Formats: sequence, structure tokens, C-alpha cells
Amino acid sequence: MRFEAPETVEAAVSLMAGEPGEARALAGGTDLLVQLKSGRVAPDLIVDLKRIPSMTAITQEDGGFRIGGAVPAAEMLEHDALTAAWPGICEAAYLVGSTQVMGRASLAGNLCTSSPAADTVPAMVAAGAMVRIVGPDGARDVACEDVPSGVQKNALKKGEVVDSIFLPARPARASDAYLRFIPRTEMDIAVVGCGISITRAADDTIAEAKVALGAVAITVQVVADAAKAIIGTRLDDAALDALAAACSAACKPINDKRGTIEFRTDVAGVLARRAAKIAYDRAGDAA
Amino acid sequence: MPLDTQHENQIRDFKVVGTRPVRPDGLDKVTGRARYGADMSLPGMIFGEIVRSTHAHAKIISIDTSAAEALPGVHAVITRADFPAQQAGMIDTLDHCMADAEVLYDGHAVAAVAASSKSLARRAAALVKVKYEALPHVTDVDAAAATGAPLVKMGIESNIVDTHEFGHGDVEKGFAEADVIVERTFTTEATHQGYIEPHACVANMGGDGVADIWCCTQGHFMVRNTCAAIMGMSASQLRVTASEIGGGFGGKTCVYIEPTALALSKKAGRPVKIVMSRQDVFLASGPTASSSIDVKIGARKDGTLVAGLATLRYQGGAWGGSLVNMGAMAAFACYDIPNVKAVGHDILANRPKLAAYRAPSAPMAAFAIESAMTEMCEKLEVDPLDFRLKNCARAGTKSSYGPTYGEIGLEATLQAAKDHPHWSAPLPEGQGRGVACGFWFNFGGQTSSSLNINEDGTVGLSVGTPDIGGSRAAMCQMAAEALGIPYEKVRAIVADTASLGYNDVTDGSRTTFASGLAVINSANQAVERLCERAAQTWDIPVEAVEWKDGAAHPAGANAGNFAPLTLAEIAADSGSTGGPISGHSEINADGAGVSFGTHICDAEVDQETGRTTITRYTVIQDAGKAIHPDYVEGQFQGGAVQGIGWALNEEYIYGEDGRLQNAGFLDYRIPVASDLPMIDTQILEIPNPGHPYGVRGVGETPIVPPLATVAHAIKGSCGQRMTSIPMSPPKVLAALKGRTA
Ligand SMILES: Cc1cc2nc3c(=O)[nH]c(=O)nc-3n(C[C@H](O)[C@H](O)[C@H](O)COP(=O)(O)OP(=O)(O)OC[C@H]3O[C@@H](n4cnc5c(N)ncnc54)[C@H](O)[C@@H]3O)c2cc1C
Repeated sequence: MRFEAPETVEAAVSLMAGEPGEARALAGGTDLLVQLKSGRVAPDLIVDLKRIPSMTAITQEDGGFRIGGAVPAAEMLEHDALTAAWPGICEAAYLVGSTQVMGRASLAGNLCTSSPAADTVPAMVAAGAMVRIVGPDGARDVACEDVPSGVQKNALKKGEVVDSIFLPARPARASDAYLRFIPRTEMDIAVVGCGISITRAADDTIAEAKVALGAVAITVQVVADAAKAIIGTRLDDAALDALAAACSAACKPINDKRGTIEFRTDVAGVLARRAAKIAYDRAGDAA
Repeated sequence: MPLDTQHENQIRDFKVVGTRPVRPDGLDKVTGRARYGADMSLPGMIFGEIVRSTHAHAKIISIDTSAAEALPGVHAVITRADFPAQQAGMIDTLDHCMADAEVLYDGHAVAAVAASSKSLARRAAALVKVKYEALPHVTDVDAAAATGAPLVKMGIESNIVDTHEFGHGDVEKGFAEADVIVERTFTTEATHQGYIEPHACVANMGGDGVADIWCCTQGHFMVRNTCAAIMGMSASQLRVTASEIGGGFGGKTCVYIEPTALALSKKAGRPVKIVMSRQDVFLASGPTASSSIDVKIGARKDGTLVAGLATLRYQGGAWGGSLVNMGAMAAFACYDIPNVKAVGHDILANRPKLAAYRAPSAPMAAFAIESAMTEMCEKLEVDPLDFRLKNCARAGTKSSYGPTYGEIGLEATLQAAKDHPHWSAPLPEGQGRGVACGFWFNFGGQTSSSLNINEDGTVGLSVGTPDIGGSRAAMCQMAAEALGIPYEKVRAIVADTASLGYNDVTDGSRTTFASGLAVINSANQAVERLCERAAQTWDIPVEAVEWKDGAAHPAGANAGNFAPLTLAEIAADSGSTGGPISGHSEINADGAGVSFGTHICDAEVDQETGRTTITRYTVIQDAGKAIHPDYVEGQFQGGAVQGIGWALNEEYIYGEDGRLQNAGFLDYRIPVASDLPMIDTQILEIPNPGHPYGVRGVGETPIVPPLATVAHAIKGSCGQRMTSIPMSPPKVLAALKGRTA
């Protein structure tokens, strides 16, 4: 097994593309190292991205934020402008593991692990995040929901890495929220996760909304009907009921060790209601 | 028991016992200097890896080790054929460590390799080719007990392999006298002890057949005897040293990897280290039994219990020995019931062999019985503590399992619960409050210790019981107390199997009691010798010397007028007064004294998700005498936490294929610190007449009440009576929605 730590994106891409065997990018390593240790993966090449300056930077761009492909959650949480604009994404990042894990774990790693239960993914999807993928053929921007394609499968091709994740500029009175259900209080994996982003109109009705669910299907689910159910409302009880029903209807879960189909379906609706209320309240407070 | 038959020491003013000094192993543990099982390395050492079954039940057709053997760097590959033929006594133990003709559970060891690196060993293990013929399997206890169930192994006719019965009186007559009857069935899933340190060992056998083992265990004498028997060695050929231990809770009272490491070392001619992965720990080391229990209790309108009947079905893996007998004995142990019967069936299933887990078998039985008692209180509309105070076992009660109790503390814990501010605190909206009690036998057993007075007046203490809960501190305290010297002067170690007489395993809450007894005896013997030296120096009879406050004194004016000789002064001269001074003790300790506790829990159920939050928890237990109260409180808290984990989320989950679905801490959910409030504790001290300082073991009882206590609190919060453990969110939500989980 070979380990490389290049200092430019181009060098990283050429190493990844040039490896005849299996190559893996390494961001925080909080998934990859666990998988290596358990013997689940045994790549021939590991390319550490943390020596690449742009990969570890958060920059403001067109009123939005570009978050490098190896930025640890802890740095996001210390970025005041980012936490103010995207409290939902930041609270999802804050849920990833412990203080120690957050010192390393990245959004890109959470996305590329391609676990249906990854916490930051529904939050990023709800936010309309765009993922910049770079590879031997150059760069492309892909909507976050189009990156995961199955359990431990994603849209990245041989030689490609996630360069950065872009969170677009927000209008006034917009905010987001993420909630997950776990049986414990922390250090656990989401049984259901729900990210919601909301923009309020001047009359306090919801002008825009996006709702995404995690852990209820093999990939993150964008629930258009759930967004429709609340757009134009002030999140009254009928709207919340319709939102919950749409979320429950969108679930395609399995019965497994983490929860039954009925349980996940019920709880998806419950979390959607709760997350929508939080996002709506935050949007009211947001400048 | 009248006071004059108690040990005179129990009523004295203690100087060291009952204080909270810094633990001697603390610095090592927080700085990383402590050496655990995996921390030992020897010159030339190689690494072992175990090949495990991927079937719940299958016949082994063939094992091809040739490719593994051919891999450069591989020093040995073994299968069952590399172990000597066994005498009857150790067959089950070896079968569990290394399968013979048949694999009996997912994860069952079938072969092992040793290679020059861990990664090479893994690669070699993957090259061992095993051909299986799959056989029908069963993992659920009720399914295994049903007629027509698949048989767990070849050569048996039924999966029900043993039945035990305890009780007295006539239960039919009792139920006929009852005005109110409660009858229910309860189930509990298997749990793991969840110790932080995975099993690890280094075995080193020389060409002369003499060997050493370094391992993490609750009983290195047990490891020596078991491994020597399996390998056909004499006890003197094998020396076992216990490493520092990162938790055991009963799960390290048997061998898993040590015989394999020895056999690999024998074949390879090198030291072999084996460290289990967490996955292996879950797959192949000690879960507790899963259970299914029918309970029927009857009471008169006035709240007097008149009859109790329980049928307990426990599965403890593919070899039997589910310890259901202890569950049946413990079931009604808290109550004074004239007509009582408990029947326990030991049932096989295609799961790993059960290991002890903190009060083994009692928590499940207590869940069933205490839940039924609580329901009885609801029917009778009486306070659950008043009901228990009316019916609880006391001194003189004939216990449900036979003996008549001596001085016991159950009533005192119930009364203390009633008086506790927790019990009377207003309950916040949406929360429920539960209460339940629990019992454990406690144990004494074979124990040996040795105490050396160093020439500088310090003391070296050797015990043979691995320290899993701060016992070295307690041993130093008891030695210091008996000798009359400061705690800091005494240092205790856990000595190897060549250095002391036989010691039973650290289990049964026995160590502070039994090793403590041996330590006090050793100290008393050393005191006799110290007095002899003083008598010799003063030239007076030894009877005229008395020991107090760490020094020899002339006993009264007639003995002579000499200035006291301190321990340090006598020790300094010992070279010229007859040589080293020491004391030792070898006992089979009796009189451990049974233990009782009562717990109170507040909980809140999220009615939309079924998730339970424990908001307040109090443990009240009789410790006899708390030698080091911090560690007694630690045991109360730790036991309660493990019980809460069992109650809420911990469980073994098997798939249709009979394979374990959650062999890791991600999906085997033990509570994390933020899940729990601070566990409040109250220590009661009702001295145990069987110990000079009054000690009762405290380690196990605290895991017994939580299952029922939490269930009671959940009922109070959301109205649902949960009869199946764990009370995980999907199950509670299903109950709230009126569907089955
Ligand atoms: C104790 C613990 C608790 C955890 N708790 C949670 C939790 O609560 N919620 C949760 O969602 N996750 C949790 N995780 C999982 C993990 O921490 C997260 O998925 C984390 O976000 C992964 O990020 P990373 O930077 O460490 O990824 P890495 O481990 O470095 O990489 C993960 C995968 O993504 C690939 N990859 C990484 N970066 C890139 C890139 N820029 N381009 C292309 N591929 C890339 C790697 O090759 C690898 O396959 C936990 C992990 C641990 C150890």
C-alpha cells in the first residue's frame, strides 16, 4: 500500500488517475481508517488531500461559501459567517462523531463515503449545495443529490476527487435545519435524518423550501411534495401534517437492525415537522 | 444476628477503611503506562489470527490449510487436530475455542494462523479454505424450545438440556387463597458485557514444554488450570500473569484465545500474540443468556403475597450452562412468600457459549418478577414501596431458594428509598417514576495472599485476584488498617500463578470480601511476628506484647516499661532479629453475605418517536462496610448504567441466516455518557457478620433492578407496559401505536 500527500489538486488527480490498482482519497480519514483497520478496504494507493491549501480552505465566493474537500467540521463550526448563514449544515456537521472526530471529519468525506445515513448529506441537499468534482478531464459541478448513487457507490469516476462544496448565496429571511433520530444522544448512526431549508416571504409565508431525507432509502431523498406542502403557508398545522405525510410517503426504507419500516416511516414525518419549525423560526430571525 | 457474634472489629473506629485515598493504579492508567493485554511484546514474537465460521450451524467437511502454510512469513497453522485428545472436563471449553466436527454459531473458530505481522496473519487466515455442509439452525430461545425445532448440534434429541426447580409451600393452594392474580410473559434479549478492552494474550512455549501466558483475565489461575488441562501440561509447567484489565464484568472468567495462542506457540516455537477485534469480541465471547419467562403471582386484598410461580427459559449458547438455575434461585429472593416455585429450563441455541455477566441470570428474572409486582401494586392500588416493605425478605425469612436469611439489608434499602428526596420529589410533566429491588448471592471462595514487611517500614502485598474495580486500593486500605500504618506505606500487586496458592476468579462480587479477608489474615499474621520480635528485643513473653497504632506496646504495667517499637523500627532491625517478616493466608472464604438494593428512576418517553430519556436515577444498596466509598459508588453507578443499557437499547440481533447483525459498538448500543444523568447513590452499611470489617460484595447487585425500574418509569411516562427487553424506540413506538414491533 502506497501513501502520497501531494500539494496541488492536479498532482492529486494525476496520482489517482495513474494508479493501476485501487486508489482512495483521504480527507479526515474518520471513515477510511476505520475501514482499513477492519479489513473492509485494502487500496493500493492512498492520496492524502490535507496538504493541498485549497482543499482545507473555506472561501467566500459570489455571496456564498466554497468549502474545500478536506475541511474538517471543527473549522466550519468556528467560521462565524458560515454558521450564521447555514446553521442546519453546521448542526449536521456538529453531529458527526465526537469532538475528536469533528477535528478531522469533512463534508466531502461524509458525502463520498456514500452511506445512506450520512448526516451532512440531507442538510447539503436541502441547501442546494453544488459539488465541484475534478478529474483527468477537468472540473464539473454536480448537485449534491446526484453524487451518491447507491450504498458505497457514487458518481465519481476513476481519478476524480471532490475539490470543494459550494453553498450558494442566501436571500434575506432564509435558513435551514437538520435533525436526525438516533436511539442515543451521540456517537450513533442516523435511523432517519431530515434537512430542510426555508425562505420566508415578506408576509411570512414560505417562498421557497427544499426537504431532504436520509437513511430512509439507499440514497438521500429529495421530497418535492414535502416542499410543495409548505410553500405558500405559514407552517400551520395542516401544512405540517401534509409535510409529514409527504415525507412518510417518500420513505423506501428497509427493515434492519436499526429500525423497522413502520418506525422509519413514522419518524421521518415527525422529524420533518420538527425540523421545518426550527428552520422557519430561524428564517424569521435571519437578516 | 446478635452483636456479640459479629466480629469485634466491625464496631471499631476505622482509620483507613472508609476513606477515599487516590488509587495506586490511577497514574499508570491516565498516563498510558499501565500494561494491558495487548501491550506485551516479546523478542521474536509473531501474531495469531483466528479463522471463524460464517455459518450458524454446519458440518465441517474439510479444512485446507496448504495455501496459508505456503505464504512466506507464516509460522504455524492449526486446527482442532493440533490439540491433544481431551478428557471429559474440558471438551466444551475447547469446543468453544476451536470447533471439532461441527460449527455451532456464527463466528465459531475453526482454525488459526500465526505469522510475522498482523496483516500477514490476516492474509493467511483468508487463505484457509473450509468446506461446510450447512445444517438447520435456531437462535431464538422460544423457537429452540418448541417441539420440532432444529437441533442445535448433532447427537442430541432436544434443545432443552436441563431443568432446575426451587421453592417451598404449595403454589396451587397459594393461588387458591389469592384475591388478585397477575400473570404475564416477559422476554429479554442477550447482551454483552461491553468491556472496553478486547481479549488479548501472549503465549510463549519453549522446546522443553514450559510456557508462560500474559493475558487480560479475571482469573489467571483459572487460565492456567484450563490451558494446562487442554494442552496436557502440569500446572508447574505453565505460569500465567494477569495484565492490567480494561473491564471484565464476568466476561473474562473463561478462556477464548489462550489455548489457541499456546497451541500456535508450541507449533511455531515462538511467542504468539492474539488480540481479538471488537467484531470477534461480539461474535465469539461471552454474551449473557436471552430469556423468556412466565410469571404468576397472587396476593390477598390486604396486599400480602401468598403465591409466586415462575417458569424461566434461558438460552446460553450451544453448550448449555445458561445459568438459568441462578435465575430461578434469584427470581423471588427479595420476597417472603409462603408458597413459591421457580422452574428453570436450560436451552441450547446456535449462539456463542454464554459467559457470566454481572449477577449472571438475575437481571432477567428480576425484570419479570419486579414488573409483575409493580402490576400487582397497580391492581391493589398500593404504593410500590409500601407493598415491598410489607412483603420483603428479612432476617429469619426462608428464602425462595432454600436457606434462611441472616442479617440482611433489603428492608433498609426500601425504607431508605421511601425516605430519599428522589422518591418525594415532584415529577415533571410527561415523566414517569419507577422503583424496583434486586438481589445477588455473593461469593467467597478459594483465596491466597501474602504480605511482606520491607526493611524500610513499607509493605508489599501480593494478591491473586485481578483488580477489576479498584480492589488494589481496598486491599492496601485493609492491610494498612490491620497493621495500623498509613495507606501510602502499602503497595499491592496482582501476583502470577507461580507466586501464590490457588485463587478463584475475580467474580461473584468476591474480591473485596474474600481477598480482603486473606489480606487481613496475612496482616494479622505479620503483626504476630512483629510482636514476637518486640518480645524478643524486650526479653518479655510475646503474650505481654500488644499491637496498636502501628507499634508494639508492652501490654500493661506488669509487662515492663518499654517505649513502643513501631513497625518501621522492628522492620529496620529484622535482619538481625531473625530475618524477613511476612504474613500469608490461604482460605476457602465462607460467609460472603447476600446483597440487596433498591433503585428509583425517572424517565420521559418521546411519544412521537418512542425514545426514552432517563432524567434521574438513584441507587440504594447495602455494602456491609464500604472500604473505599468511591469504588462502591462506582460499582453502583456502573451496574446501574449497564442495566439501563440493557433495558433500553442493547441486544444481540440475529438475521434469518442465524448470523449476528450487529457485531460492533455502532449497532450494539451501550449508553454513552451524555445519555445519562449523574447516577445518585446511597450506601447503607449493615455489617456482614462473615467479614472482620463487615464487607459485603457490591459489584453485581446494581445491575439487577434497572430493567424493571426503567420499565416502570416508562409505563408512568407513556402508559405502556413493556414486557420485552430492550425497550428500544421502535418497540415503544409500536406499543404506543398498538402494533407489534
Ligand atoms: C466515532 C465516529 C463517529 C462517527 N459519527 C458519525 C455521525 O454521527 N454521522 C455521520 O454521518 N458520520 C459519522 N462518522 C463517519 C465519518 O466521521 C464521516 O462520514 C466523516 O464525515 C467522513 O469524513 P472524512 O473526512 O473523515 O472522510 P475520509 O475517511 O477521509 O473518507 C471517507 C471516504 O470518502 C473518500 N473521500 C474523502 N474525501 C474525498 C474527496 N475530497 N474526494 C473524493 N473522495 C473523498 C475516501 O476515499 C473514503 O472513501 C463517524 C465516524 C467515527 C469514527
